[in-house]
Formats: sequence, structure tokens, C-alpha cells
Amino acid sequence: MTAELRVVWLLAIRSVRQALRRPQMLAPVVLLPSVFLVANTGAAGRAPSLPGFPPVPAFLDFELPGIILLAATLAAVPGGTALALDVERNFLDRFLAAPMPRAIAVTGRLAGIGLVGSLASVVFLLAGVLFGMQLQSGPLGAGLIVVLAGLTAAGFGGLGAAIAIATGKASYVTGSFPLVFLLLFLSSTFFPAELLRDPGATIAAGNPLTWVADGMRGPILNPGVDLQTTLAAFGGVAVVGVIGAGSAYIALRRRLVATA
Amino acid sequence: MRAVWLLMRRGLNEILRVPGAAIPGILAPTIFVLGFAVAFGGLAGLAGFTTSDYVSFVLPVGLLQGAGFSGGAIGVNLARDLEMGRFDRLLLSPTSRPSLLAGTILSASLRAMLPATLVLVVALLAGASVTSVPLLVLAVVVTALFAIVAALYGVSLALNLQTQSAAPLMQAGLFAVVLISSSYAPRPQLAPWLETIADANPVTYVLELTRLAFVDHANAWSTVWPGVAALVGLMLALALVVALSLRRVVAR
Repeated sequence: MTAELRVVWLLAIRSVRQALRRPQMLAPVVLLPSVFLVANTGAAGRAPSLPGFPPVPAFLDFELPGIILLAATLAAVPGGTALALDVERNFLDRFLAAPMPRAIAVTGRLAGIGLVGSLASVVFLLAGVLFGMQLQSGPLGAGLIVVLAGLTAAGFGGLGAAIAIATGKASYVTGSFPLVFLLLFLSSTFFPAELLRDPGATIAAGNPLTWVADGMRGPILNPGVDLQTTLAAFGGVAVVGVIGAGSAYIALRRRLVATA
Repeated sequence: MRAVWLLMRRGLNEILRVPGAAIPGILAPTIFVLGFAVAFGGLAGLAGFTTSDYVSFVLPVGLLQGAGFSGGAIGVNLARDLEMGRFDRLLLSPTSRPSLLAGTILSASLRAMLPATLVLVVALLAGASVTSVPLLVLAVVVTALFAIVAALYGVSLALNLQTQSAAPLMQAGLFAVVLISSSYAPRPQLAPWLETIADANPVTYVLELTRLAFVDHANAWSTVWPGVAALVGLMLALALVVALSLRRVVAR
């Protein structure tokens, strides 16, 4: 078990290094959310004056958790792309021939994507504080946001990994990114769920990403950590994780059967 | 002219041969327009907003984003040709060098019609309105020309960096420039710092020109000329950069 955990760790570190070595791979994780942060806060800064908008010190305090969630979900793109390149270059097949459980190839990749998502959340939290965001619940809340971001990234990474393993083409992984935005727009990621235009408001109520976004937003807007919101957030992460990681392991199994 | 036409067709063939690479550029603008309308539609309720029809307001953002993605794809394809040595082989052909790029760049304007058609149809079904048919035709022409601007930007990056790894820069660069304009709200509604950026961003004027087709404007002509000037200025400036970059590549 220790040896397996060590391999997972090594693969996770490899995944993070792959992302850091190619800055262009980090563009979806850092550049795109930064652009949305600038555009959203600059254009919708007066939104808190809308009737029904929850009381917030500034729109940045409301929006930053959404941007962190965006970065976490987009971490799946470079992670999935790198895995697709591993498939194209037969690295995955060579790894699968090693004497250890094959699922580790996926687990290590997902752990790496989770680490990238957590790192991105730290960067955006620091940027938020620098630009005047008030983190009401302090370091404990920050830690909670980082954990939620990492787990969400790993869950979405599972979807990216599933596409990468099933198709073996990086372009299909990159091509999946608009669907991520669809899920985010239909949640409270960028705007309060109750103020979304229908059918957005109805869909957002049952969208697990709404629970995760609200769970990340709570520690920024409120002192202390609300247990119910936090449990709902972890519930949302669990739904994403089961679907994402489950898809990846199924794709791996199918590949093994097909290539046996 | 024949070389330009053949290279234009080659640029379009990629959509059929590598559909996985083309899908995001076609789907994403529609998803963004619908997403913005659902998420930020409430902004139209703020005092001073020029229209209550937010789908119509953000529809031009989708058109320009589709054009941007189409142009970015042209840059990525050229970077692949440069990496694999195909462009060197094209340089040996008995054709003028600018025409080797002209066909590829012009294909962006046709390619941009795919996302434009999809986003227009979906937005109209979602309730967007058209102010007049001539202005709609103008918006489509502006979209096609903006795709050429995007292709020139992508090609200049491809010629200078000569690697497909620059793809995110080609795609995200224009995506960012379109968003940091009056994309979500009219300029007077923006935060002062973003309004300053939007005023200096030429894409703002191209966006506002395209928006004439979907949102009534009291003084439309005052929007036409800055938009046309910004579009022509961007094309000329980027064409110059591409010409100088091509010269450098050929000299090497």
C-alpha cells in the first residue's frame, strides 16, 4: 500500500511539473479565470444594488469564489491534455505494463490535477486579498476553499481523463471546455442562483456546482464556517468526484479490455 | 489567385478532418451568449442600461468570439505547418509568398460563419431581436472581417513563435480582448478603470458596431465610423506585423 501511495504521489508531482514546465498549459487555469475576474467585476460591479442580491462588502467578495471554482474546473483541461499526450506517445501503455494496480495511472493523474486546482485557488485568494477582498473566516476558511478547489479539480479531472483515455486525442479534451462553462453558468458560480434568468435559476438549484460555489463563498462572506453549507459543498464535490473519477476508471477498463 | 483559393480550401478542410479541434470554436460562442444571458441578464435591470433585452446585448460578443476562435485556429494550423516543415515546402512553390498566407488568412472569414450561424439561430430562438436587415448584414460582414483580424493575430504569433504550444495564447488572447470591452454592459455602466481600458480597446468599437444590428441606438452613425476605423486599423497594423514576420521567416 505504501509503495502504491508513493507511485500515486510521484505521478501527481509529475502531473504538476508537466503543467508548470509549459506555461501555455496553465493558460486555461490562470489566464482565463483572470480575464473573467477582470471583466465580471468591472462590468457587474453595481450588481449588489439589484433587489434580491445578498449583502456583500463588494462584488469582488461575491465573485472571487466563482473564479476559484472556474480555475479548479478548468484544471482538468491541461491535466486531461497531458494524459491524452501520454496515450498518443504510448507512455500510458508502458505504465500499464508495470507490476502494480492499473488504476494508479488514473489516480496519480487526478491527484496531480487536484494539486494544480489547489495551487490556483491559493493564487486567486492572494490576488483577491491584494485587491481588497475581506476573507471573513480567516485561515480556516481559506484552507476550506483550497481543499474544496482541489477536490473539485480532481473530480473534473476525472472527466478530462475519461475523454483522454477514450479518444487518445488532446484536441477532444480541449474541445470539452465549453461544456464546463455550461455547467458553471447554470449554477451560482458567477451570480446568485435566485437572480439567474430561467431556466437557469431552476437548474442551478439542483446543480452540485451551486453547492460547491456557495460552500466556497461562505467562508469569504461570513465569519466562521457554516456546517450545513460546508456539508452541502462536500456533497457537491462527491457527486462530481463519483461521476468524474468513475468515468475515468470505466474508460481505463474499456481500454484495457480493447487492447488485451 | 488559384493558389489563394486552394490554400483557402485547405484551411477549411481541417474542420472536417479534425472535428475535435473545431468543435470548441463552433460551440463555445453559443454557450457563452446563453450563459451570459442567464447569469448576467439581471444587469439589464440596473438604472442606465441601454436595453432590457440582454440576449440581444450579448449576442455580438458571441459573434466576435466565434470569429476570434476561427482566426486563432488558423494560427494554430500554420504553427503546425511550420513545426512539421510543411510551410518550408510551400515556400519552394512558384507562388508569391504573401499569397501563401493570404488564402489561409482569408479562410478564417468563411470558417467564422459556422459559429456565427449557430449563435445567431440559437440567440434568435432565445428571444434576441434584430433592429434591421441591412444592419444584420453589416454585423455578419464585420464578423467575417474580425475573423481576418484574428487570423492575422494568430498567424503573426505562429510566424514568430513557430510552435503549436502557442495555441492557448492565440485563442485566449482575443477572447480576453473581446471580454475586456463593453461586452457585458454599456461603457458608462462599467467600473471607471474598466471603462478606461474599454475606451482604449479598439475591439470595443468593433463590438459596438456589431451591436447596432441587435440593440437600437439613438445615433447609429456615430458608432459606425469608429467601428469601421478600428477594424481597418487593426487589419492594417496586424497585416504589417505579418508581412515583417514572414520576411524574417523567409530570410532565415
